[in-house]
Amino acid sequence: MLHSKTFNKKTRGGRIQKLVREVYLRDDIYCGALFCKSCEDKSKARLTATASTILILDTNVVLNQIDLLENPAVEDVVLLSVVLQEVKNKNSAVYGRIRNLIDSPARRFVVFSNEFHRDTYVQIMAGESPNDRNDRAIRVAARWYQSHLGEAVKVLLITNDRENKRKATEEGVSAETIESYVKSLGQPALLDLLVQPASEDVIMEEVEDMRPSKRKVVYPEHKPMSEITSGLTKGIYHQGKLRVNRYNPFEAYVGSESIGDEIVIYGRGNMNRAFDGDVVAVELLPQDQWHEEKSLSIVDEEDEEEDVHLVPGSSDDAPRTSIPVSSSTFDTNPVSSRPSGLVVGIIKRNWHSYCGSLEPMPMPAGSGGLVYALFVSKDRRIPKIRIQTRQLDNLLDKRIIVAVDSWDRQSRHPSGHYIRSIGQIGDRDTETELVLIENDIDARPFSAQVLACLPPLPWSVSSKDLNESNRVDLRHLCVFSVDPPGCKDIDDALHCTMLPTGNFEVGVHIADVTNFVHPGTPLDDEATQRGTSVYLVERRIDMLPKPLTEDICSLRADVERLAFSVIWEMTPEAEIISTKYTKSVIKSRAALSYVEAQARMDDSRLVDPVTKDLRNMNALAKIMRQRRIHRGALTLASAEVKFQIDTETHDPLDIGMYQIREANQMVEEFMLAANVSVAEKILKEFPECSLLRRHPTPTKEMLGPLLRTAAAVGLNLDVTSSKALADSLDRAVGDDPYFNKLIRIMATRCMTQAVYFCSGELSPPEFLHYGLAAPLYTHFTSPIRRYSDVIVHRLLAASIGIYKLPTIFRDRPQLTSIADNLNYRHRNAQMASRGSVELHTLIYFRNRPTDTEARIVKMRSNGFIVFVPKFGIEGPVYLTMRGDKGGGEWFVDEQQQKIRKMDGSVSYSILQAVKIHLEVLEPKPNRPKLQLTLL
Amino acid sequence: MEFVNPEGLRLDGRRPMEMRQLRAQIGAVAKADGSAVFEMGNTKVIAAVYGPREVQNRSQQINDQALVRCEYSMANFSTGDRRRKPKGDRRSTEISLVIRQAMEECILTNLMPRSQIDIYVQVLQADGGTRSACINAATLALADAGIPMRDLVTSCSAGFLNSTPLLDLNYVEDSAGGPDVTVGILPKLDKVTLLQMDAKLPIDTFENVMQLAVEGCKAIANYIREVLLENTKQLEYRRGL
Repeated sequence: MLHSKTFNKKTRGGRIQKLVREVYLRDDIYCGALFCKSCEDKSKARLTATASTILILDTNVVLNQIDLLENPAVEDVVLLSVVLQEVKNKNSAVYGRIRNLIDSPARRFVVFSNEFHRDTYVQIMAGESPNDRNDRAIRVAARWYQSHLGEAVKVLLITNDRENKRKATEEGVSAETIESYVKSLGQPALLDLLVQPASEDVIMEEVEDMRPSKRKVVYPEHKPMSEITSGLTKGIYHQGKLRVNRYNPFEAYVGSESIGDEIVIYGRGNMNRAFDGDVVAVELLPQDQWHEEKSLSIVDEEDEEEDVHLVPGSSDDAPRTSIPVSSSTFDTNPVSSRPSGLVVGIIKRNWHSYCGSLEPMPMPAGSGGLVYALFVSKDRRIPKIRIQTRQLDNLLDKRIIVAVDSWDRQSRHPSGHYIRSIGQIGDRDTETELVLIENDIDARPFSAQVLACLPPLPWSVSSKDLNESNRVDLRHLCVFSVDPPGCKDIDDALHCTMLPTGNFEVGVHIADVTNFVHPGTPLDDEATQRGTSVYLVERRIDMLPKPLTEDICSLRADVERLAFSVIWEMTPEAEIISTKYTKSVIKSRAALSYVEAQARMDDSRLVDPVTKDLRNMNALAKIMRQRRIHRGALTLASAEVKFQIDTETHDPLDIGMYQIREANQMVEEFMLAANVSVAEKILKEFPECSLLRRHPTPTKEMLGPLLRTAAAVGLNLDVTSSKALADSLDRAVGDDPYFNKLIRIMATRCMTQAVYFCSGELSPPEFLHYGLAAPLYTHFTSPIRRYSDVIVHRLLAASIGIYKLPTIFRDRPQLTSIADNLNYRHRNAQMASRGSVELHTLIYFRNRPTDTEARIVKMRSNGFIVFVPKFGIEGPVYLTMRGDKGGGEWFVDEQQQKIRKMDGSVSYSILQAVKIHLEVLEPKPNRPKLQLTLL
Repeated sequence: MEFVNPEGLRLDGRRPMEMRQLRAQIGAVAKADGSAVFEMGNTKVIAAVYGPREVQNRSQQINDQALVRCEYSMANFSTGDRRRKPKGDRRSTEISLVIRQAMEECILTNLMPRSQIDIYVQVLQADGGTRSACINAATLALADAGIPMRDLVTSCSAGFLNSTPLLDLNYVEDSAGGPDVTVGILPKLDKVTLLQMDAKLPIDTFENVMQLAVEGCKAIANYIREVLLENTKQLEYRRGL
């Protein structure tokens, strides 16, 4: 049956256009009930025969109550295509979650394409709004279901729209609100998952009863969307993403393109209910109010302070992505003239669920009843969230996940609802899981479909692999691997033989993961999603299943393994004469650790082949490294720490800086060279669809903090190019041995992170990797733990004509989205590692108050931030007591980066070494934190 | 954008391998020697054939075969926004050429030396796949004009969106920017007379997409044959045979 849909649309030019679309109405859309006798196709049917009630959901229910729907208590749900379409348009995150529910074989959710069904298609009536039409379509579909399935089952329309419910009842469809339905299920715990309707008067009254002082309107009203749009076009308002200062949640920034600068927003009042990540419209304050707010920000309502945390690895992790020192609210004399503003409207919310715990509160008398509690997120940028719960005693000492629902003008805190609890606060497993959830890391075991893609175990190189024409037999070569101690997923190995000509043949052999992970398989899809392996202090979350990572692909000693090799012929001066790429079979002679390799090289008595090769390679690597540094590659330092973990209790026993040896640098050098060679090769063959890695040149603003610090200690840094910066960093040798490393750490922090990208998206000059001073770079050498390398392996295999390029590479948007996902996962994995280290640092210091040396890295008005090199942590040291406004006594000299007592008796300057005391305190029960005090 | 939803339905409710509704009418222009209106969904095309007749421009005359000319145009009202389009723009010239070449292949031109056949096609309503609709309409009109042909020529397009081969793209799907393969075949001889694509596709996918388009062409051929048969029956009836 054919119908056509006619509607009017406004074109971009502003004209009204009439569009006509065909709609083909079908009779082959099935109801999805297993017990239905008239529908033949049962392949997608899920609704069970035992079900006495079938739920049909209205759009508002799906949009608001997705957390409830994810609970297995809700089953036998029909989702109409009209509902799905509306959900998709309104909130793509919820749409993704509902799609997951539909796809999950464990759940009984079916889709009914009512919009294309002959009997349920509804044409818009004259004078009817699209919303009313959709509501009618839902009712028509519900009625169809009832008549189709007969009286044996009850079809229940769940809607929170009063009008819709009334009409449904009139039309003879049984309808209920979600609240009454959940109540009828008789599981009180489920009620916590319900989102409370935002504007329901009852709840507001209760709040006011509880906190009579807060009756007044707390926040200014948001402007209506139309006013915002016109304000934006007129230039009165500015649009941008709100980013809250990680150090101080009462200060936020909006990067606005329209004024080319960042707008600072001080205080929750000016933020006007915006969350971190929301797209907001901002109105500038008059210029005379621009710096008057300073004092306000620190003495703001609630009393929050800085935490001790790990040293940021790059500017992305640092509290502020760019610009001035004045990022700290502690400054007394602000660098004036930074525009500040207030939020007038929120264009797009960035609400999701947050991890944290409830604020300790006394148990109300009648426990078990409905209680309001305040939720404190672990992420300090998120304000406290008010939730309603019936199981307070249960949740008080738990880590829980909470979602935000709304934020009224009358309430100081946003209101949300409880989703689930993770476990006891302070418990290591709970806290680790929290780290994983916060960083969106999937730590679930691999599904059966994924595991089915693995080759049968025990696996060994078969004659078929050996006879493959594309695979070269390199088993005769003396190949060895050098990795961190205890490494099980060895993805790279090396060899180096002297040729009769006096040149060297150097090979880098990388585990041939793509031989086992084929495009389009569930295994590949899973790896694409995970993107990278995640290394936590006490565990590893693999990207690929264990048999692949630790056995089949791992280039272990004395077993034959498949590899993808890059083989160069090099002169003794480390000039590359020729490069060869091939799939191969290798047999590693030795799997060394960095320490072992170093010891072998250093021990002059050893003359076995492996050691000789090691020495040759080291000599080559040194030349290559020298040349690279000469080209302007930066040697940046990071403060990585290493834990020694108790094998039984998994508690950290010792903590120390990660030591870098010559052997590390040697391996790194050859990996870099292999990556560069591969990048050149794939880009030559596939200029449009190669996956490369670039590191943008830092802007002058980003290097600002570094330059100011350097200037304060009388150091002149030249940042005109990476070469100049590298040279001036080399020259920066103070009288104390740690000075140079400290400057390098600070330089590292000013850089952004390197990112993956698809070569078709950018022009060649932008491909530059600033840190390595390489015009082209990619990741090829760790396919076991990074998906980017898997992609690059496929590209390389295609470029040497072994395999066809998978079709995905033809689809640039998809390739770009994969690259974006890789960047996201990569970053999250790093954040999770840091989170895990922070957690273990806390556990370590719990019973070990320590005195140690620290360096001052940042000045504040009432103290400074210190960096503890030995443990790689950073945190505030207060000179004045908290609560004391601290304005008068201390004086910060912005120019010289010094803090001085007013009477001039004591002063501290930047980079100065100070003695501090580290101790874990519990100011509130169950909330341990690391405190630094000056000795 | 999602062109095939997870339930396997396209934006207009078709499944990936389904064609739009076909409609055809023979003899729409009484003055022409042969004419037809052909519809594929909301795409509507009219074709008129004149000839074989005397060659108008003597210099173009070919001594051992007929001269086939084709003119494609779009009515101003054929798209949503009424815009005056210049006649003989690049696109129409190209489509005219494509249609002419496809039709020339099946007309037995050597039977009609020193004569001329004119094919005029005009798009009345455009909703994707105009090229295919024009060829189908032209076939019907040629048949109506009684011009000797080897076989019918039928055409259909297929595309590849959301990693799914789709038959007979409509305007929305066509403007998605994906590959659009237009195929014209001689169904009885099982030969291809037209194959166009202006995007890149891996060869194995291309084969699937093209195969789908060929299936579409065959379905159209069956339909056209039915229409012609029906038309002939009516002619018989009118003549009282």
